[in-house]
Amino acid sequence: MRQTSPVIKQRRAAKYSLGGLIRRGFSKESWPRVWREPEFGSHYDVVIIGGGVHGLATAYYLAANHGITNVAVLEKGYLGSGGSGRNTAIVRSNYLTPEGVAFYDRSLTLYNSMARDLNLNVMFSERGHLTLAHTDSALRTMHWRAEVNKLQGINSSVIDPAEVKRLTPSLDVSENVRYPILGALYHPPGGTIRHDAVVWGYARAADAYGVDLHQKTEVLDVLCTGGDGPEGKGPGGRVVGVRTSRGDISAPLVVNCTAGWASTIASMAGVRLPITTHPLQAAVTEPVKVFLPTVVVSGSLHVYVSQTDRGELVFGASVDPMATYQMGGTLEFTEELASHVLELMPGIGRMRLLRQWAGLCDMTPDYSPVMGPTPVEGFHVDVGWGTYGFKAGPVSGEQMAACVANGRVPELIAPFGLERFSRGDLVGEKGAAAVGH
Amino acid sequence: MLLVPCPVCGPKNAAELTYRGETHSRPDPNQATPEEWRSYLYLRDNPAGWLREGWFCSSGCRTFFTLERNTTTGELREPLLPGNKVAGRPISDGTEP
Ligand SMILES: Cc1cc2nc3c(=O)[nH]c(=O)nc-3n(C[C@H](O)[C@H](O)[C@H](O)COP(=O)(O)OP(=O)(O)OC[C@H]3O[C@@H](n4cnc5c(N)ncnc54)[C@H](O)[C@@H]3O)c2cc1C
Ligand SMILES: [Zn+2]
Repeated sequence: MRQTSPVIKQRRAAKYSLGGLIRRGFSKESWPRVWREPEFGSHYDVVIIGGGVHGLATAYYLAANHGITNVAVLEKGYLGSGGSGRNTAIVRSNYLTPEGVAFYDRSLTLYNSMARDLNLNVMFSERGHLTLAHTDSALRTMHWRAEVNKLQGINSSVIDPAEVKRLTPSLDVSENVRYPILGALYHPPGGTIRHDAVVWGYARAADAYGVDLHQKTEVLDVLCTGGDGPEGKGPGGRVVGVRTSRGDISAPLVVNCTAGWASTIASMAGVRLPITTHPLQAAVTEPVKVFLPTVVVSGSLHVYVSQTDRGELVFGASVDPMATYQMGGTLEFTEELASHVLELMPGIGRMRLLRQWAGLCDMTPDYSPVMGPTPVEGFHVDVGWGTYGFKAGPVSGEQMAACVANGRVPELIAPFGLERFSRGDLVGEKGAAAVGH
Repeated sequence: MLLVPCPVCGPKNAAELTYRGETHSRPDPNQATPEEWRSYLYLRDNPAGWLREGWFCSSGCRTFFTLERNTTTGELREPLLPGNKVAGRPISDGTEP
């Protein structure tokens, strides 16, 4: 593939700094546009479908690490309109399988230096992450996870109810409740990051390298040749471009980063995925004084909660059972959420919910992603992000960029290939990812 | 709220039923290759549009039944399986409503 030049001069983007803030505050000079509205091109070296954190990070690392800048990101709505702007912003690396732990840990490393790398405050709050155990079997899984984590150098351990109470006083650790807290998996490096800032940071940095970000551009078809199926699609063929609502683009490499919509794009190339799309709902309360210092997750109660810097409690749950592309909220969710969260924190009974929303999650059978090449040459996927893909954005972008640029699957994502399903070689993360975030 | 028409109990809130997901005919386990069997197990069409799916009236009459639902609009229609009857009504003629 043509590589534009090994070292790309980054186009000057306004540098964000305290000095700049003060100067602009006094001079009333306005801030420059954060990214261009580029001309629609008819050929790109790489086309990325989906303007969420995964698509934008892939574009950024293609430019920054591999010097490939003739890249387009195609987004049918606005950047971050999918899961990337709807998630509850929790990051952690205390997964269950060695493959998962190594992968998510790399993402945390990239998150740690992101504010500097992208010159944007992503508000990383490394506040500690507690996964509560209410049953013996849950406690056993926590011990299992802690041991896998420790072996790989991850700060993760099982703590007793007294320690839980010390870390998070608002939790009810008494024994005479329906789901007593028997202990927790404690992961100090886990926390939250401002999800919008991550999207904007990658978008701004990719744009500065010359990547074209096309919003309101819907992909209607993936153009293929030589495949077994109709119109040259399907296994054995190769991708030649995409048809969009604004015209055709030719491209030898297309990356599907559409999360909840992944199956619709894959079917345009004649590829079937092990994915079903389910909504995940979340809700936020009115702001109150900060009292909840950690992220708290309860698998048995299907709920998790954290408090934002502004003081709102952010709640999430498990995905709705029915597959759908509709993003409406349900009363069942609110009822269940309220009763379960009060079980954990009886003290917040009089707080009011401010709003509730949903996003689409691309669920896989083993709660691990699907990454890398497909049976259609040049058509790559970075999908299957379920309810846990925000934290994986940076590492996925970095590894998918390497995969696309070098034409080789990097070691870190080799376990997550699509072919694992025909081999029957799944990477079971359910014990660490269902309601886990 | 989605009202799901159980063939025995009539319309019920979807939350009262168990969702069984996309239905496909099962390959013969004695004939299928491991790859065919695993695609049956794992791969899904997951369409944005009409989907044929299974439901179980788990907290009611405990009937298993099949429906077609549009996953972008929420509309429901009777399945087009040959000879199938939902709540005693004949199946529709297969044209898109
Ligand atoms: C309520 C909720 C809470 C969550 N909480 C967490 C959490 O705490 N931690 C965590 O790690 N993960 C969490 N997740 C999961 C996480 O949000 C997603 O896995 C992640 O955002 C996926 O990012 P993405 O870039 O792959 O996809 P998205 O951000 O969904 O982007 C996909 C984009 O593709 C676009 N698109 C779709 N079809 C087309 C088309 N035909 N043409 C052009 N563009 C198209 C969409 O408009 C969308 O913008 C949560 C998800 C939800 C819904
Ligand atoms: Zn019934």
